[in-house]
Amino acid sequence: MIAAAYATVVRFTRGLGASTHLSDRFPWGLWVGFDVLCGVMLAAGGFTLTAAVHIFNIERFKPIIRPTVLTAFLGYMLVVVALMFDLGRPWRVWHPLVMWNPHSVMFEVGWCVTLYTTVLALEFSPVVLERFHLTQALKVVRAISVPLVIAGVILSTLHQSSLGSLYLIVPEKLHAYWYSPLLPVFFFLSAIGIGLAMTIIESCLSARHFGKKLELPLMRELGRILTVVLLLYGMLKFLDLYHRGALDLVLHIGYETDLFLLELGLGLALPIALLLVPRVRDTEGGLYLASVFTVLGFIVNRLNVSITGMEASAGVSYVPKWTEVAVTAGIVAAGFAIFGLAVRYLPIFPRGVEELAARPAPRVRLVHVRD
Amino acid sequence: MSLAILYDATLCIGCKQCEQACADRHKLPYDDAIAAEEVQSDHKLTVVQGRDDRFMRRLCMHCVEPTCASVCPVAALRKTPEGPVVYDEDRCMGCRYCMVACPFSVPRYEWTKLLPRVRKCDFCAGTTLAGGVQACAEICPTGATKSGERAALIAEARSRLAENPAQYVPHVYGLEEVGGTSVLMLSGVPFESFGYRTDMVKEPIPMLTYRVLSRIPDFVPLGGILLGGIWWITHRRDEVAAEEHAAPSGEGR
Ligand code: SF4
Ligand code: SF4
Ligand code: SF4
Repeated sequence: MIAAAYATVVRFTRGLGASTHLSDRFPWGLWVGFDVLCGVMLAAGGFTLTAAVHIFNIERFKPIIRPTVLTAFLGYMLVVVALMFDLGRPWRVWHPLVMWNPHSVMFEVGWCVTLYTTVLALEFSPVVLERFHLTQALKVVRAISVPLVIAGVILSTLHQSSLGSLYLIVPEKLHAYWYSPLLPVFFFLSAIGIGLAMTIIESCLSARHFGKKLELPLMRELGRILTVVLLLYGMLKFLDLYHRGALDLVLHIGYETDLFLLELGLGLALPIALLLVPRVRDTEGGLYLASVFTVLGFIVNRLNVSITGMEASAGVSYVPKWTEVAVTAGIVAAGFAIFGLAVRYLPIFPRGVEELAARPAPRVRLVHVRD
Repeated sequence: MSLAILYDATLCIGCKQCEQACADRHKLPYDDAIAAEEVQSDHKLTVVQGRDDRFMRRLCMHCVEPTCASVCPVAALRKTPEGPVVYDEDRCMGCRYCMVACPFSVPRYEWTKLLPRVRKCDFCAGTTLAGGVQACAEICPTGATKSGERAALIAEARSRLAENPAQYVPHVYGLEEVGGTSVLMLSGVPFESFGYRTDMVKEPIPMLTYRVLSRIPDFVPLGGILLGGIWWITHRRDEVAAEEHAAPSGEGR
């Protein structure tokens, strides 16, 4: 925390040059690769689950929707914070909203993320409104909840895939393992997978932390959907490499190959292997482990696209400076801290929430998670 | 009318007067130490590189369909109808996507400043848009850097190649690379030997993303209807079930 605070001071008094290892040859580093790309990806549970519950009407997932939406909302807020560090002129972060260039993927991402963060805030707002008994406002939010969810799903689909499209513009620069016309599809599919995996992880962790029983049947179901998504992704990835003639590259020795295999091993091979064994899939530990591998694998993937894959063409090797790492770590820690606080003071976790949500006028009773 | 520069490396003597003139016009520092730097930077918008007695210039290529301008979310970079690709620092938010995206890795950043700007050759827009000539072309003592109209310079480059085939590699660099550029180059040694890529795509790179982006206006209403439809169908089942039971349970709002 102290390191993060000091790093922040360095960043805003001495500029990007002093606080990062970025350069003209390597203009995007950890803050874009991890904080933004991974941040948005890890927050994908929000739209995956709201779609499942509100649009596909899979009521069983309802109990875990609040923590998931909270994570998503927090995730996006933190991505915006990270952007403040990375942008050369952060106070102009609103510029894309008024200075248009519809040809720019970044422009589209900017708009989607802004709108979607608003949607998430609204989706999460009932929790806060309930807490403070603001019945009127609550009614309004409830009334628009379906269009809100639909808007959220569309916006997420757009910008999750657009984060992949960002790299469509560098066919001459991104390594053949990762450059593919299917980048947007890969980013979107993996976002869904990560959304599921993160939901499982969070449910396990909070169940343990708050001494509740895990909704194991629910988790199993999520695990099964995750398996399908991962298999689909793996299949597409293989076909893509095959048709682009990039498959033989795997025989080349080099750090790109190592990291590519690491990504596939962690993100696809291990979790799929775990999830396909019924004895493992049906246990809490097995599901948890498979989800953790998935998440790690796709973090490696995002870093590969944004860092590993760009190094060769840039002709430099990029290792983040300690200040970059400190800021990133600080942001992650802040995320956990705020999540903990929210869970403590707001009606987020299942117990009692169901009754509250079911009633039109939620003045009835207030449920503290910690009673 | 479309402004262009024709740089003929076989005529270049490496005097670096273009570097000096460019620095002067843009009020950038220039001394022997800076002259010795062989990379473009925030204080050096163009460089003359030397290998043995061969020389090669580097500057922004002023692409006919510039990738940098296409990716900039705030349109801080813009292709003028006259040719120069110009930068408006009042719009720029410093995302550096232009640097990532430029196929020639041209844009530079003021890393050491608290109010950093993107820096690159602007084709001396201040002068050329008023009918003048680029400082580097104006000063060049041998005519290696020549200013003119793109079509005319292409014709001239072709005739130089035709008249002296032995002197040149048979390629007008910038004619087709990434859909064409406003800087055209001729050389006596392969362009690759100075790090220029000759395997670049022939179509404008912005098309790669525009093809995807242009689907969004269709996707949004379609997605809305699709999702709304699914919602309607899945919830209709509930309503029917509820009616059949004829006993409104506590669930459902
Ligand atoms: S060379 Fe790069 S910076 Fe110059 S116009 Fe083309 S894309 Fe833009
Ligand atoms: S750094 Fe500035 S000029 Fe470059 S893409 Fe971003 S906003 Fe546009
Ligand atoms: S055209 Fe102008 S800005 Fe560009 S290199 Fe020549 S002198 Fe410099």
